[in-house]
Amino acid sequence: MPQNEYIERHRKLHGRRLDYEERKRKREAREPHKRAETARSLRGIKAKLFNKERRNEKIQMKKKIKAHEEKKTKNVSEKVAEGALPVYLLDRDVKSRAKVLSNMIKQKRKEKAGKWDVPIPKVRAQADAEVLKIVKSGKTKRKAWKRMVTKVTFVGEGFTRKPPKFERFIRPMALRFKTAHVTHPELKATFHLPIIGVKKNPSSPMFTSLGVITKGTVIEVNISELALVTQTGKVVWGKYAQVTNNPENDGCINAVLLV
Amino acid sequence: MENNIETEDTTKRLLCRFISENGEIAGESIDLPLNCTVHQLALICNAILQQTDQVPFKFFVNENEITSNLQETLKLTQINTEGVTDIVYQHQAVFKVRPVTRCTASMPGHAEAVISVSFSPDGKHLASGSGDTTVRFWDIDTQSPLYTCQGHKNWVLCIAWAPDSSKLVSGCKNGNIIIWDPETGKQLGKTLSGHKQWITSLSWEPYHQNPDCRLFASASKDTDIKIWDSVLCQCVLTIAGHMKSVTMIKWGGQGLIYSASQDRTVKVWRASDGILCRTLEGHGHWVNTLALNTDYILRIGAFDPVKDSNKGTNDKKKSQEFALQRFKGVSEPIGERLVSGSDDFTLFLWDPSKDKKPLARLTGHQQLVNDVKFSPDGRILASASFDKSIKLWDAKTGKFMHTLRGHVQAVYMVAFSADSRLMVSGSSDSTIKLWNLQTGKLEIDLPGHADEVYAVDWSTDGLKVVSGGKDKVLRLWQN
Repeated sequence: MPQNEYIERHRKLHGRRLDYEERKRKREAREPHKRAETARSLRGIKAKLFNKERRNEKIQMKKKIKAHEEKKTKNVSEKVAEGALPVYLLDRDVKSRAKVLSNMIKQKRKEKAGKWDVPIPKVRAQADAEVLKIVKSGKTKRKAWKRMVTKVTFVGEGFTRKPPKFERFIRPMALRFKTAHVTHPELKATFHLPIIGVKKNPSSPMFTSLGVITKGTVIEVNISELALVTQTGKVVWGKYAQVTNNPENDGCINAVLLV
Repeated sequence: MENNIETEDTTKRLLCRFISENGEIAGESIDLPLNCTVHQLALICNAILQQTDQVPFKFFVNENEITSNLQETLKLTQINTEGVTDIVYQHQAVFKVRPVTRCTASMPGHAEAVISVSFSPDGKHLASGSGDTTVRFWDIDTQSPLYTCQGHKNWVLCIAWAPDSSKLVSGCKNGNIIIWDPETGKQLGKTLSGHKQWITSLSWEPYHQNPDCRLFASASKDTDIKIWDSVLCQCVLTIAGHMKSVTMIKWGGQGLIYSASQDRTVKVWRASDGILCRTLEGHGHWVNTLALNTDYILRIGAFDPVKDSNKGTNDKKKSQEFALQRFKGVSEPIGERLVSGSDDFTLFLWDPSKDKKPLARLTGHQQLVNDVKFSPDGRILASASFDKSIKLWDAKTGKFMHTLRGHVQAVYMVAFSADSRLMVSGSSDSTIKLWNLQTGKLEIDLPGHADEVYAVDWSTDGLKVVSGGKDKVLRLWQN
């Protein structure tokens, strides 16, 4: 161990030898050749270790070069944010909301044809036997003209049951639903909305009129809570949604709004 | 006896005299028959005042308007018919603005939402600022784009025309201000930077104080107000004093600058040296907006919407006198009135040149007040609120007049026609609605925009309405 900085002291007193710079340059120029020689002559585990080290070195070098280049070209232009707002809305947290504002004529035409671009295009058909359970009646339980709906149903507000003699289809109270969880696909938000009616059950028109809700059924929901407006400035309140789950299994109705 | 009954039946008479709004008695008191109609009253009033042209009037007895004839109104008011009855007359605008009914042009071009639109004071130019960082000038006659001005680096939040229409200033979200030449679409001078945050409002010095239109004031989110020289392109004065973002600035006609801020105060500054004159306190939340009863007069400077707008004189002295005279005509009777709308759902009416106490507190809105405007004649006050309604108030007393309902979402902005008979409003529900102020009813519904309407403006000559919004399209509406 040196006892003090004698080399530096000497350098300060006498300076470096006269050919120091040249020797240094030459040594540096020889360095790649030397390294290549080692790389060529090394064998086995030593070659592996050497190559690994050299690779890491190169990666670091490239990173450094890139960082320097970025620093040079930094001040070009920052992206302007989208969704410009007027001054009076800048300090308020305006929630982004996708508008319905669909072309009413187009929508009417679609409605007429009874076709919608739905998220679930193919729906497994529900057989009559699956949906309707036969209820035996009569004193000796010989009659079998009564049916009980075993799926979730929507029953309108003013519905009263018929007397038992005339009631062919029984819709059990436990399976009646009034609300659905509807997801707005653009907002990526879900709302708890009241159901207005069943627009179409793809399995059968009879299920539609009975108000049976299965997976793939198109229901009409009340979206006045979302405060969407049409192009003419009217509040939209009824909008269609397609059921995406099996309500009879889950105990709730999940649906996607058709925009 | 018989004779007496006969005269009572045919012509009941009443001793009346005409009084102007400001309480000046015109002519002698006269004996009027009770079945005297409004039209006849107008003829008499014109004769008394010795008007050469027939001027339309409105008549009031005890603040009730005479709609058909004297008798009907008197029945309502039940005043003492023994004494002299005072009939208050109000000048109406000589010209009538026809209501806009249809969209004559939808002008696409902006790549982002249109945030501000404005007609020039002489009604010949139209400019818009947008979120795509450009200011655009539009040709009104051909309804097509004229110039696209690039220079800003962020959303162009507000624009303001010089009162002589020779310049337009625009402020952006980065806090830079640029002056544009509307004739060439080129930038004048260099970019004015100094504000640390976005510009919220811009206001020019009134024409009657300096016909060269050099100075303007800017307010910013960084709580400062700066006064700039548009020729030298440098800041003349920086006024600091607000604690929070300044939301609105108005350069009044009496050498005062009014500023509203989110720190719940309205401050009055002397424009010449930036000394605080008064702090108007009263609001319980952010103050969003300000309006002066001289706004329209200050905006149009020396232009006269009645005469042909091409007949502008080159003599600056003359036009300055003209502007000053017209300003005095509006401001002298009652002074410069200021109204402020706030997040606490109320409005305050102030007389800022005299008193720091409010004249009236206007309550009734159920949501924050976003925009307030005085009608050009300074008689009516309209406030647009997020509670979907617009309310009309008497500008003198602050008395509530009407509620205009019809929008289904927040109302963002209102604009009056030059004759103060009509008003348009732009709303978040994507429509513009035209209101008749005399009846307080919806006149015409103008749908067309595909998204929220952020800005509307009625041209000073009353011919066109322009609107811009989130759907990136500028729309022109005409009769």
